[in-house]
Amino acid sequence: MTELVIEANALTKRYGTITAVDGIDLKIRRGEVFGLLGPNGSGKTTTILMLLGLTDVTAGEVRVLGLDPARAPLAVKRRIGYMPDTVGFYDHLTARANLHYTGRLAGLDPRHLDGRTDAVLEQVGLTEAADRPTSTFSSGMLRRLGLADVLLKEPEVAILDEPTNGLDPSATLEFLKLITELKQRDITVLLSSHLLERVQAVCDRVALFYRGRIALEGTVSALAQQVLGGGYRIVLEAGGSDVRGALEDIPEVLAVTVDGQGSYKIEAKSDIRASVASRTVAAGGTITALSLEQPSLADVYAQYFEKVSDAA
Amino acid sequence: MTTVVAKEMADHLTSARMRVMEVLIVLIAAGTIYTAITNLRNSSGSDPFLFLRMFTLSQNPLPSFVAFLGFFVPIMAIALGFDSINGEYSRRTMSRILAQPIYRDALILGKFLASLATLAITLLALWLLVTGFGLLFLGVPPSGEEVLRGIGFLVVTIAYAGVWLALAMLLSTVFRQAATAALAALAVWLLFSVFWSMLVQLVSNAFVQPGGDLLGALQAAAERAQLEVALGRLSPNTLFGEATVALLNPETRSLGIVFFGQLQGAIIGSPLPLAQSLLLIWPHVTGLVAAAILLFTGTYVQFQRQEVRA
Repeated sequence: MTELVIEANALTKRYGTITAVDGIDLKIRRGEVFGLLGPNGSGKTTTILMLLGLTDVTAGEVRVLGLDPARAPLAVKRRIGYMPDTVGFYDHLTARANLHYTGRLAGLDPRHLDGRTDAVLEQVGLTEAADRPTSTFSSGMLRRLGLADVLLKEPEVAILDEPTNGLDPSATLEFLKLITELKQRDITVLLSSHLLERVQAVCDRVALFYRGRIALEGTVSALAQQVLGGGYRIVLEAGGSDVRGALEDIPEVLAVTVDGQGSYKIEAKSDIRASVASRTVAAGGTITALSLEQPSLADVYAQYFEKVSDAA
Repeated sequence: MTTVVAKEMADHLTSARMRVMEVLIVLIAAGTIYTAITNLRNSSGSDPFLFLRMFTLSQNPLPSFVAFLGFFVPIMAIALGFDSINGEYSRRTMSRILAQPIYRDALILGKFLASLATLAITLLALWLLVTGFGLLFLGVPPSGEEVLRGIGFLVVTIAYAGVWLALAMLLSTVFRQAATAALAALAVWLLFSVFWSMLVQLVSNAFVQPGGDLLGALQAAAERAQLEVALGRLSPNTLFGEATVALLNPETRSLGIVFFGQLQGAIIGSPLPLAQSLLLIWPHVTGLVAAAILLFTGTYVQFQRQEVRA
């Protein structure tokens, strides 16, 4: 088993009578991209702040790179980079000057700082804008500068809070591409988001937060298996006679729902597109479309919280 | 921490706020000095402390240089300090900075020292400017003692600025809105520079009741005066005023009330040596420095316990 980079046991944070984070357990291994997902106010940011040692822990235990962030804050902060959900810079300074300041605070060797700054600005594609004051930057550029700020000190772990917040779709894709590049450089990435679809693509494992607890944790497909039951979802569009009954006879099928005229959703234990096709034809239907739907986190999420609220 | 100091000082020295301050200070200083000098030219040249008079002389409607500083230094300090901490929050830079491997106290101490250094540089420049003006227009070089007293005056002024700077930083830590912090700091400044003496009189009148006979009335008057002095010295403005008076007017023998009996053997109007003047204001300087340290400690405690969420 690879080394654990972040470990939390029964981590709890209370503000007065409100419990923001309620006994969560996390284990994040080196080189993973781990997503903390959940709606606003579900405790993602508070968890991150506790991992960084920026907020006191009410109860439980945190280990980051084997260290307690509250006891050895400097040693921990030297090795992790953090991008807050609202990233801000000193408006009147240029992008380069802003990076220089954090680089010096991070204790980087001033002789190598110029080279490092140029390198990270290049990586995030801001070389052209390096000498403009950050007040002229768009929010996408500010995010990328934020990432440059994280990369500057060559962290082992990058913690990104809502990295795609406020970005348009193309900027989001671009940003997620930058995050996958981090993974290739063996940087462990912990990111939080409420945009499930976008994040699904880059995360190795995710934890779904709900009211201060981790509701579900695992790889995206494992979660789909667990929550959606079948895990395989087949969409069939067929004309002609009603084939529902014929489809339900297939042993692997768990459920069939009719979405409208000639449109069926089949939940199955395995990929049974072939037998769906032959049964449909045999039952006198004409197939216009047949496809396997990838399980999406949004489905998992919606399904799961439907269950939760039904139970409550 | 030196990084924070360097960056903050660079920010201060290039800020528009600083430009405004500089222009104001130079203009008003030039005005007050000019009137003081025209006044001095007309008076006799026999005064041994001619040079120091320049700082303290006033002519209606312009106040003396010292009075002007007592009034204006707090404003400068507040202008530099009122958004030092909450500004980082509103710019959303605080959590990014604190995620760097530095201790929190390095940040506030760095900011405090940078602002204090900025103030010290401004005051030093001003002081040199005034001294230069004096040399130019009076044509009398200051004596060694005058120079020392002048430097003492500069040090006291910086300590005074430190108190207000620490107050402004404390308020900027307590209030999340820079405007609220600025208003609160100005309110405190107004309280001490305008209303404090009135309040002191009210309080002392309320607490000390005059006795029936003549002796009782006298005693009450003395008690009241003592209470007034004690209360008045709670204000940094009073401390600064008294300390500068003692430094710049060497004839000053005491800053409290003096009974006639205590003046026995004293030659009224003869100057005190510098060491004695310093002895006289030592408690004042200590008080100013202590106030600055207390306020800074308050800032420190407040900031360490603050939730960093921005």
